[in-house]
Amino acid sequence: MTTRKLAVVSSGLSTPSSTRMLADKLAQSTEERLVEAGHDVDIATFELRDLAQSITNNLLTGFADEPLQNAIDQVTGADGLIAVSPIFKTSYAGLFKSFVDVIDNTALTDLPVVIGATGGTPRHSLALDYAMRPLFNYMHSVVIPTAVYAASDDWGAGEDTVKSLPERIDRAAGELAALMKDSERSANVVDPFALDENFDQLLGGFQGN
Amino acid sequence: MQFGIFSVGDITPDPVTGRTPTDASRLQDVLTIAQHAEEVGLDVFAMGEHHNPPFFPSSPVAINSYLAAKTSRIILSTATTLITTNDPVRLAEDYAMLQHLSGGRMDVVLGRGNTGPVYPWFGEDIRQGIPLAIEKYGLLRQLWREEYVDWEGQFRTPLQGFQSTPRPLDGTPPFVWHGSIRSPQIAEQAAYYGDGFFANHIFWPSSHTQRMVGLYRQRFEHYHGSADQAIVGLGGQVFMRKNSQDAVNEFRPYFDNAPVYGHGPSLEEFTKQTPLTVGSPQQVIDRTLGFRDYVGDYQRQLFLMDHAGLPLKTVLEQLDLLGAEVVPVLRREFARVRPSHIPDAPTHAARVAAGNAEHRETVTLSASPAGSEK
Repeated sequence: MTTRKLAVVSSGLSTPSSTRMLADKLAQSTEERLVEAGHDVDIATFELRDLAQSITNNLLTGFADEPLQNAIDQVTGADGLIAVSPIFKTSYAGLFKSFVDVIDNTALTDLPVVIGATGGTPRHSLALDYAMRPLFNYMHSVVIPTAVYAASDDWGAGEDTVKSLPERIDRAAGELAALMKDSERSANVVDPFALDENFDQLLGGFQGN
Repeated sequence: MQFGIFSVGDITPDPVTGRTPTDASRLQDVLTIAQHAEEVGLDVFAMGEHHNPPFFPSSPVAINSYLAAKTSRIILSTATTLITTNDPVRLAEDYAMLQHLSGGRMDVVLGRGNTGPVYPWFGEDIRQGIPLAIEKYGLLRQLWREEYVDWEGQFRTPLQGFQSTPRPLDGTPPFVWHGSIRSPQIAEQAAYYGDGFFANHIFWPSSHTQRMVGLYRQRFEHYHGSADQAIVGLGGQVFMRKNSQDAVNEFRPYFDNAPVYGHGPSLEEFTKQTPLTVGSPQQVIDRTLGFRDYVGDYQRQLFLMDHAGLPLKTVLEQLDLLGAEVVPVLRREFARVRPSHIPDAPTHAARVAAGNAEHRETVTLSASPAGSEK
């Protein structure tokens, strides 16, 4: 039995937060799929609220403190990521973007990601597709087709009685689990100090040798 | 081992008095600071190069040439000289001139510079930073080591039979350190040529410095046979008062409003996370002696003393403490634990004596690995 690492990032600001609730439901459903397929699942969940100070400090000083570095390592070294943000002013929360801003440009390449968002009304659901999906496309992550938006009403009967929130969550979890099954990302060792070329190659590279 | 200070030449409002120095007064202050560094017995003064306010020192070679005439013993270095945006022909000539004017009391720390617009201002592209540093330094070396140079490259007009003047003093090119915060290619470059590697070792966690120096030593061993023959320099940042709490109280407003890290982590967090030490001279001594644990025996230690708007009088007091109470102990303690086969810090006299115009001799001793304790 092999272990798959699942990172969960929630940037809800209130406690308790519906953003965290959505993130947890996605994680739980994904875990069930992977367990069914015979994998152990190692889930690491991060509330960005707890790291807000560290993220700001990283933006200012250029380096992450220990708790933030741990979160970055867990996210970048995962086999799959569940990223959920509230929608503020037509886009993901500033805190969420700041967290992505302190992650190295290449560190999320090939990472399977499910994106989720919460908001007061379903009218902001497209923010997932015009804001959050392009962000992870830029990072060269593999964003699964289904994105999950939960409006306040969804926590009750929900406006959509055909495709309810639990159904949308299960569908997204299925797509994520399918990609995570074959992922080898968490087994890879990344050395940020690795030299791609020795000095002769560095010299030759632009002397045309 | 050499001890000294380096200045980036920032013009920062003093957060306590609200006073912002003019270019003129800050320049005079830095000249005073450099000369006082010699008076208190320090070995090295290094000046930064910047081409944008709030920094004044656009030409460290001009400042160091002035200081060469005003001082008699201190080594004048840079922190750093921009290898990417300067013409290597000008660098070869200017620094050879400084070498003559100072009687060999100089060396140079090369850096790429991380201010984006400086590159286009000098006709370059920051995305070519590494290739620029590698090609231009290759030419700089050649100009100092060969009489007549034929050269063709990507970033500069070709040369045919060009002789840079004056020729290096005593036929010995200035010693070169390569400075880099995060690029392994620069550690590789320093190792390849057998040059020094200077880790700025301020504002970032020491674990980062440890890895960069470790890589440099590893690659130095690959090219020259032994990791502990590499030449390593470190930066550092301290603020001292006799009473540790006085140091913290006095430095806090400067820390809180400092360029680079101000308005971010607290002084307490930052001193824990980075090599910054704010406290008594004894605390500075203890912390500094610990640097050796993660970079091995090294050759040069420079401190940043004059930034964030600290007034001249305070900086001079810091130098007094450094010269009287800290450096003598560091000299004694580092010497006590230093194995005899570790190379000394580079000086012109030693390099001439070694007849060393090209490569330092490869020392094949039964050398212990980098960072090992005796």
